Amino acid sequence: MTDSNAEYMIEAKDLSKYFERLHALKGASLNVKKGEVVCLIGPSGSGKSTFLRCIHGLETPDQGEVYLDGVKMDPSNKVQYRELRNKMGFVFQHFNLFPNLTVLDNCKFAQINVLKRSDEEAQQVAMEYLAKVGLTEKKDAYPNNLSGGQKQRVAIARALCMNPEIMLFDEPTSALDPEMIKEVLEVMQELADQGMTMVVVTHEMGFARKVGTRVVFLENGRVVEDADSETFFTAPKSERAQEFLSKVIYD
Amino acid sequence: MSKILTQQNLLFLLKGAGISLALALGALLIGMVIGILMAAGRLSKIKILNWLCTGYVEIFRGTPMLMQIMFFYLAVPVLIRMVTGVRVRMDVYMVALTALSLNSGAYQSELFRSGIQGVDKGQWEACETLGIGYWPMMFKIILPQAFKRIIPPLVSEFITLIKDSSLASCIGAGELMYNAQVLGSQYYNYLVPLVVASVMYLAMTLIISWLSRKLERRMAVSD
Repeated sequence: MTDSNAEYMIEAKDLSKYFERLHALKGASLNVKKGEVVCLIGPSGSGKSTFLRCIHGLETPDQGEVYLDGVKMDPSNKVQYRELRNKMGFVFQHFNLFPNLTVLDNCKFAQINVLKRSDEEAQQVAMEYLAKVGLTEKKDAYPNNLSGGQKQRVAIARALCMNPEIMLFDEPTSALDPEMIKEVLEVMQELADQGMTMVVVTHEMGFARKVGTRVVFLENGRVVEDADSETFFTAPKSERAQEFLSKVIYD
Repeated sequence: MSKILTQQNLLFLLKGAGISLALALGALLIGMVIGILMAAGRLSKIKILNWLCTGYVEIFRGTPMLMQIMFFYLAVPVLIRMVTGVRVRMDVYMVALTALSLNSGAYQSELFRSGIQGVDKGQWEACETLGIGYWPMMFKIILPQAFKRIIPPLVSEFITLIKDSSLASCIGAGELMYNAQVLGSQYYNYLVPLVVASVMYLAMTLIISWLSRKLERRMAVSD
């Protein structure tokens, strides 16, 4: 096995992805160091979600490789592939909570089934993370009785219960009512402050600037700019990023 | 007329109704196991499994139920004799239950298949990102959600089975239809036993659809 540079937690090399005739990703690369919060931004259809999903393995890239802690993710090596994927937590735009389970059971299910934790231990861990997202009192509620913001916070807690080393967020606030965006971003900021390595596909420029350590700007399936977030927002190099920022930021 | 409507004869019909119900319920449950397995087979990526399960479903949905019952009663013993040389006499109730179950399994596999496919793709992806394996995902996450959406068609399958179980009268299984015919021939009067049997069929199917509406409403509350 050709191991890569272990300095990076995630190393995505030259990823390409086709959906039938649509060439969604055209050789995008990304390196993420431990503790970094990398925001993937760009116009709709630029391939940012596909990029994130390829990193996790929800989509299998047609070309290119992903290394996690220097180890190549190889779907044919099933045991190792599963272990590597379990290092990553994933938060979806549409939450994808299990509607047939309570909030608490949503958080416990994979712990018991995958990590083989005892019921008490799973419960303890679940309550710890539910406290972190401020939803202990909702533990017995069913997801459909929660607001969008609460659902997303539960989804974050559920992912954290698996003790991931990396958290991937795919437009976590895009499906939320405006007044619920903040509560989710605050949870994410707290996570970032505690040193979690994060890759976030987002349209929240305020978050990208304030919490993000780096911004990767994609367009048309390619990485157009990769800069630390302050530089990106104050002095974007590429014309396309300048144009994008001038359109999305109102000040 | 009052000669027919004795307590004994009514009990005879009621017993027949009990057997009809038992046949239908048994076929529903066995058919459910078959249906889930067949649905899994049809959704699986293994080609041969896929073909076998599709073939099964097409055969049982594409031929008359009455023929299937007759086949198991009259043709299968011939097959058994050809292969093993043993003469067997089939138990009519077992034949009826087998035919009804296999037939229902074919229909239920379609219900489960569309029910499973109807579960939001995000649920599968959430399981994937949490590392949950195929079977726990199926049994604890996907099937409970699929079940919920297929309860109404499953109830109509049950009602269909109650009515289809009357076909077992052709091989002499003592269910409601058969018992009604027995009484009719005994008294040279088919009107009364057939009307009473119809009322009993109707009572069973109406009670079941009423129960299912209650169940649906209760399940709608839980989420």
